[in-house]
Amino acid sequence: MSATITAPAYRIIPIIPALKPGAMEDSKSFVANDKIQEALGFPGQLVDDWHDRALARMGELLGKYRSLKVFLDACVHCGACSDKCHYFIGTQDPKNMPVARQDLLRSVYRRYFTLPGKFFPKLVGARDLTREVLDEWYTYFYQCSECRRCSVFCPYGIDTAEVTMAAREILDSVGYGQKYSNEIIGKVHRVGNNLGLPGPALLDTLEGLEEDVKEATGIDVRFPLDVKGAEVLLVTPSADFFAEPHIDSLIGYAKVFHATGTSWTLSSKASEAGNFGMFIGNYDQLRKIAMRIREAALELGVKRIVVGECGHAWRVAYSFWNTLTGVGDGADANDKFAMMLQKQLDHRYKQPLHICEFTWDMIEQGALSFDKEANDKHIITFHDSCNVARGSRMGDYPGGQFEIPRNIIKAVANNYVEMPLSTTREQTFCCGGGGGLLTDDLLDLRVKGALPRMEVLQQVVDEHGVNFMATICAICKAQFTKIMPIYGFDRRMIGGVHQLVSNAIRLGNK
Amino acid sequence: MSSIEVDGKNYETDEEGYLTNLTDWNKEIANYIAQVENINMTEQHWEVINFLREYFEEYQIAPAVRVLTKAIGKKLGADKGNSEYLYSLFPYGPGKQACKIAGLPKPTGCV
Repeated sequence: MSATITAPAYRIIPIIPALKPGAMEDSKSFVANDKIQEALGFPGQLVDDWHDRALARMGELLGKYRSLKVFLDACVHCGACSDKCHYFIGTQDPKNMPVARQDLLRSVYRRYFTLPGKFFPKLVGARDLTREVLDEWYTYFYQCSECRRCSVFCPYGIDTAEVTMAAREILDSVGYGQKYSNEIIGKVHRVGNNLGLPGPALLDTLEGLEEDVKEATGIDVRFPLDVKGAEVLLVTPSADFFAEPHIDSLIGYAKVFHATGTSWTLSSKASEAGNFGMFIGNYDQLRKIAMRIREAALELGVKRIVVGECGHAWRVAYSFWNTLTGVGDGADANDKFAMMLQKQLDHRYKQPLHICEFTWDMIEQGALSFDKEANDKHIITFHDSCNVARGSRMGDYPGGQFEIPRNIIKAVANNYVEMPLSTTREQTFCCGGGGGLLTDDLLDLRVKGALPRMEVLQQVVDEHGVNFMATICAICKAQFTKIMPIYGFDRRMIGGVHQLVSNAIRLGNK
Repeated sequence: MSSIEVDGKNYETDEEGYLTNLTDWNKEIANYIAQVENINMTEQHWEVINFLREYFEEYQIAPAVRVLTKAIGKKLGADKGNSEYLYSLFPYGPGKQACKIAGLPKPTGCV
């Protein structure tokens, strides 16, 4: 399976790589079958009149999202974005240059929605929508992780992820969906989370964790589930219940709540923070998935909603939950349940709150103390996750989303090293598995897309002996665990910020 | 749909070789899938596969990696109750590879 996939060589001088046209044209993730598609209300397979329906859907999106029209009109092909994409750097396929990827859609937009394109298509780079073009959309828009690093460098501020989302939405609307993302969304609706973890299994797992922590520390740290009247509802990616190293951060959250005497609960209904509706650019799915959290919050009567270590979930929570569900200000005044939730939540606190904000607040208030030596075996660096870095914020000052996780690490550990600034904070590189690409059928792409991050990790490993890369995203954790061994790193080098908190936190006697 | 042929019978799988119908599973199929995955099934492998199937029967999902390591540790001794041991048996990752051989659906999401 993985035998044929090898890591590309590190670049000696990290400049624009030589082009390899068509290098990734065969890298295509599995197409969703009719069962998966129909469960989400999409056509089961490619419809006969896909051409007209795709253009009609594009027209609808252009009418609905003015931003999309601006992004499709504004590009002047200056090329500032071209070498900023990790997938282009790793694959050398020119269609993975952000400008070229967007042009796959833009050229069709020009042909059917602009005057020059209608009359003089060749002069303005406009293309007919053919079956080949449609296939090309599927192939290359599922080679974009919607990380938005290219947008940081775009002089016009074009949000390329939004173009990718629009393309995926058009594809879904004609019955051409991706198996990985759409199967997962189906599971959220059917079972309650991306993993398909039913309530009883969740309960069993949490009880097991209580035993483990008791055994390791001698302290009864609870992992409460569906507790009505709890103060805090913690919503976290379901991978935190299942995978390694994710679960170590879940233990960290529980210890923080325990040590600060916070009453909290998980919810079997909202047992997933992730929201793949964003990845496929479908507003209805985005809202429907987010709505589970509101329902759980209302049922449980919680006063605060805290989000665990999940990159895109935090973007959805921070940027969209307010209008989608009424967590935070801005919901429709006629949305009865949103107003109900607004009344219920305690507005002395930020709503929603990131677990890192919660922990850092508590550290600043002196409510937590640590044995930092417990992390002395680690020389730590921090990988900023794209959706946290470029799609959200933490704290009450610009850049809080960069400082707060780092502050926590420095509060719980003695050895911390930064990777080069051109690859962190708002310029961070995607892990290579974000945006709905964390699937085995795209492993080759994922390995190649991790190249720029692996290059600088190698640098701090060589120069400073770094042996632990902390991050706050379930996708980053799973992706790195999988691909780092292919680059010659130990998979246990990757872990969560709250895993480090968990190692060092003092429970019981302070 | 893809399929595999074992002992002259065809069984439906998904694109990645996971059995579509969980009730189709039997030991011969497990051996066949393991062979495709370059795994030589030993008693140690079967211990894991059997536990996965028992757990699935009760909870309708594969166990979390931690639940699995704990159960294996209890059964086979603490030195085997860790994910390194599981990775040594199932190099592609105990979650996915072992599930495939056990005839269980693939764990999805950010795992």
